[in-house]
Amino acid sequence: MAQFIDRRLNPKDRSLANRRRFIRRVRGAVKKAVDASVQKRGIADVDRGENVTVPGSDIQEPSFHIAREGGFREHVLPGNRAYRKGDRIDKPPGGAGAGRDGAPEGDGEDNFLFVLSRDEFLDLFFEDLELPDLIKRNMKRSEATKPRRSGLSVSGAPANLSVQRTMRNSIGRRIALRRPKNEHVDELREEMRDLEMRLDPDDKTGWARLERLRARIDALVHRQKRIPFLDPLDVRYRFYEKQPEPTANAVMFCLMDVSASMGEREKDLAKRFFTLLHLFLKRRYDKVDLVFIRHTHQAHEVDEETFFHSRESGGTVVSTALTEMKRIIRERYAPSDWNIYAAQASDGENYSGDSAKCIEILNSGLMKLCQYFAYVEIIGKDEALILTNNDNGTELWRSYLEVAASWPNFALKRVAKRSDIYPVFRELFSTATETSDG
Amino acid sequence: MAEAAKSGDLLFDGSDWDFDTLWRTYDVIEGIARDDLGLDLYPNQIEIISSEQMLDAYSSVGMPLMYHHWSFGKQFIFHERQYRKGMRGLAYEIVINSSPCVSYCMEDNTMPLQALVIAHAACGHNHFFKNNHLFRQWTDAEGILDYLDYARDFIQNCEERHGPAEVEQLLDAAHALMPASVFRHRRPPTPSMRAEKERERKRSEEAERAVYYLWSTLDRGDKSKNKTEEVEEYKSKMHLPEENILYFIECYSPALKPWEREILRIVRNIGQYFYPQQQTKIMNEGCACFVHYHILNKLHETGRITDGAMLEILHNHTNVLTQPVFDDPRYGGLNPYAIGFAMMRDIQRICLEPTEEDHRWFPDIAGSRDWRNVLKQAWEGYRDESFVQQFLSPKVIRDFRMFALTDDARNNWYTVSGIHDESGYQTVRDTLERIGDLSLSQPIIQVVDVDLLGDRVLHLQHRKVADMPLDDDDAKATLEHCKRLWGYEVKLTETSVSSSE
Repeated sequence: MAQFIDRRLNPKDRSLANRRRFIRRVRGAVKKAVDASVQKRGIADVDRGENVTVPGSDIQEPSFHIAREGGFREHVLPGNRAYRKGDRIDKPPGGAGAGRDGAPEGDGEDNFLFVLSRDEFLDLFFEDLELPDLIKRNMKRSEATKPRRSGLSVSGAPANLSVQRTMRNSIGRRIALRRPKNEHVDELREEMRDLEMRLDPDDKTGWARLERLRARIDALVHRQKRIPFLDPLDVRYRFYEKQPEPTANAVMFCLMDVSASMGEREKDLAKRFFTLLHLFLKRRYDKVDLVFIRHTHQAHEVDEETFFHSRESGGTVVSTALTEMKRIIRERYAPSDWNIYAAQASDGENYSGDSAKCIEILNSGLMKLCQYFAYVEIIGKDEALILTNNDNGTELWRSYLEVAASWPNFALKRVAKRSDIYPVFRELFSTATETSDG
Repeated sequence: MAEAAKSGDLLFDGSDWDFDTLWRTYDVIEGIARDDLGLDLYPNQIEIISSEQMLDAYSSVGMPLMYHHWSFGKQFIFHERQYRKGMRGLAYEIVINSSPCVSYCMEDNTMPLQALVIAHAACGHNHFFKNNHLFRQWTDAEGILDYLDYARDFIQNCEERHGPAEVEQLLDAAHALMPASVFRHRRPPTPSMRAEKERERKRSEEAERAVYYLWSTLDRGDKSKNKTEEVEEYKSKMHLPEENILYFIECYSPALKPWEREILRIVRNIGQYFYPQQQTKIMNEGCACFVHYHILNKLHETGRITDGAMLEILHNHTNVLTQPVFDDPRYGGLNPYAIGFAMMRDIQRICLEPTEEDHRWFPDIAGSRDWRNVLKQAWEGYRDESFVQQFLSPKVIRDFRMFALTDDARNNWYTVSGIHDESGYQTVRDTLERIGDLSLSQPIIQVVDVDLLGDRVLHLQHRKVADMPLDDDDAKATLEHCKRLWGYEVKLTETSVSSSE
């Protein structure tokens, strides 16, 4: 009286609902962890999971239970070696060692550690940026794959049957095992019918020949039956492997003003802005190069660590960064092979008169090379209240407005808090999501 | 044995399994369980699952369908981490006290392990669930799966209607009181879960009216004499003191809505359903291990499984049955598997090859040869504490080299009160019976009084045994939960009782 049930096909994530509830429960700790890791990670590897540590006290499940010490207790222990009745054993410092199993409801003092998955991590990252759901879904999806032919396999779907290869195997086997050919059998049958027609009733040798022919045919047919025309052994299927869609390469230039006026808050906002663009690019391109250019009154290409964390002093000449970008494109990123994106962050300060030069550089060539150029100007929270009108602002801002008027692929935005960042990309995303099947 | 006639053809060879092999093996194993050991089984439902699903099962207390709650998510993450780290293999069996009896075979198990699981869970645990008097009396194996199904749907509906946060808070509070909410000494006032469900829906409105009547007709300002009498009459109906806190709150809380009362009832019922399992850890595992050991050895003797398979099975068997000694870093208390199995095997030995000592200690069974029935009666009629008192033999105490300690918090030393020698056997046995499993010993907390006329305070009392205090922080947090459910102040007092009560 039994039945076996195969449950392996059931949905796997029965615990997912509970896991979500758990994460909601420890939201505070999770959010802290996400923020910290956005700050500490490189732009390019923001989208992986993250360890989160939750203080045990946050997720304790209390109940009435006896304290671990106090009062009069008794224990029975295994493995006595030398104790005798009446012996005294000193208690170890730090409490009794009576067994406790390692269940999660221990003392609640230990920290509880778990790993946030990539999706969970990105959800929280996007939440701050207030991305619309559609975009979130789009951003989280890893790159598209396309099945590519990749040899043969002995199992597969009937639709993928490789007739040619199957028949080739079948022929080889039939030759090797000497399967009688149908033509050969047919010939013999023809001969037999001829013989039957022509045969005299008392032609002894003829009868004997007929008998021999019949026996021969029977044997051949029998052999044909034993050696099938098509054996399961012969069957081959076309085999497909999923390979990433080949797409072109992209390079992303991050430009940032690192003069003293850019503080931690400004850099954090800038970093989120760069990260978002990078995530977006990673979804569309196989390979995304990152180039970091920081500038004071001169511009340098640096690595990411230096870009975000080391201080420089000096004036601010924005055009130097644009010039440097042009130089690097000329040397390493031919526009015929690379899709070029640029993201620039600054607090809008610029050396007087330099902004005209920026317009000049952008209009006279740089914008033609770029797929998209996004500029964010990072302002203080109180400034955001005053600067409601887009048309006035710093000299740089006003100059960039002019550029935006003549180039549809130029976007600019003032940012005072995290949720201001996304609108910069709005157009970028809307065109991208229309073409994809988000 | 009839089996011996067909012996010699292997059930399986190597480690791969498929459904045919499982079937064949199951049939032979069940045959031995019934014909040789004379076990009495619920029909079996054996489910093949992945390791991921095994973790799922672990984290929802082994039940195949449990309502949603964050704490199960926490459990899942915890077990998963331990599993990934390799700190624990997934114990290869979870089995559900239900009819049909559900057990799980993990897909990554080798065929010898599947055979082990079938013998252990689908025969051993299954027989124990069906025959042990505690389970027969307290759980409704026929109804549990339906009931859980109903419970999950009900709680999901509540979430949709009243918001998940609301439901979660209620469940948090109910979970905190769950261990303090079982009937230990009298039958729970429910015939069976299914009948209960039907009745409950009819009765809930009525009950609601009764509670309403209780709290609204008692004018709290009126302290006249006949009021007091009326109050006394009410109280006598409440059957104080009440050991089952959730039950009391569910019946009389002035603050709960009907759906909240129903959720408390669900949590309480599930807690009650697990209560016998906590009372019979040693016996239940002992029975299952004894059964799998007997059956698989039989298979090996009759040539139905290879030496290699038997070695693999024994390797796993030994892993489960290790008892680290007290000063081993891996020591985590007495291992119920090890103690249980040793005691079952010892009973068999006493019946078949008694020594002088056994005749003195166990005159009723020593040399009776009828170990099958002795074991079956033991499995049926005892719980861990009485089983230890009745059957823990000097030999087992010697084999484990057990010794008993007394531990007075006022001293900074332990005193050895008995060891594995002639004068100590009884001491060790009595101590083990008294303490049972320390990690499971629940404090006795009862509802002793409720203030019907005044400010509606609920009075709980902790009956302190051997001067052992409650964990203070946890008790405070639990009281907060209790207040939320009761709606008014809840006070906890302590009184000392001697441990013999």
